[in-house]
Amino acid sequence: MLDVPDGGAVPVEVRLPTLLRPAAGGQAIVPVEADTVGGALRTLQEAYPGLSGQLLTDEGELHRFVNVYLDDDDVRYLDGLDTKVGPDSVLTILPAVAGGA
Amino acid sequence: MSDADGSGGGADEGPGRLLLSEVLRDQMIAHCLTAYPEEGCGLLIGPLGAGEVSRCVPTANMAASGRLYTVDPRAHLRADREAEADGLAVVGVFHSHTHTDAYPSPTDVDQAPDPDWHYVLVSLRDELASVRSYRIVGGEIAEEPIFEERPLGEPVPRPGR
Repeated sequence: MLDVPDGGAVPVEVRLPTLLRPAAGGQAIVPVEADTVGGALRTLQEAYPGLSGQLLTDEGELHRFVNVYLDDDDVRYLDGLDTKVGPDSVLTILPAVAGGA
Repeated sequence: MSDADGSGGGADEGPGRLLLSEVLRDQMIAHCLTAYPEEGCGLLIGPLGAGEVSRCVPTANMAASGRLYTVDPRAHLRADREAEADGLAVVGVFHSHTHTDAYPSPTDVDQAPDPDWHYVLVSLRDELASVRSYRIVGGEIAEEPIFEERPLGEPVPRPGR
């Protein structure tokens, strides 16, 4: 299984949008172990290097082109990447849909 | 922007047109008129890779601007879950241009996340609204024709597929 650097890591389900599935071997749902949202995303990127730069910026911030939800909530309105996850948490990643005139 | 490599569901070229009923088109225009003078926006739901809109989900424009739009992230999550429950997917987005053509702006192209999506533009610049659809792949804009019904002569998916 995947490496778990932090204590208190729990199994978390990460749901990927269609756009990112090819980079994760075609999987729609990837199980990881993590204690925070950021930990889950970093673990995911380590397991699937094709996702690097798609989720987190070089500075380690959440990329502005994606939205990440912990269950029903946008993590930007929680504690961002520091948001704690629980054993039954579902993280959903969707593209941020925006544009202009 | 990498192409799906046959890992299931990647729409790539698709049928090269968008099926969009008059009712759904009018629903989009009505939502955009309600949002005016701000840009209106919403998501398009349909079967993956079929070039077909089954329903529209108008959402709040979180940018609350006449020059920018941001689909409400929570509405997006809800729409995504409901689509999946129905065996469908979010297959595109629509938004209005209040003062310009129904053509993707540089901002639209920069922020176009998905080469498989349909980008529908509703222009409210003129007396009559105009609605057009595009694919945006690797920064390249390609318009696709909109049909109200599947053109006669086009292969028809079997029922239940």
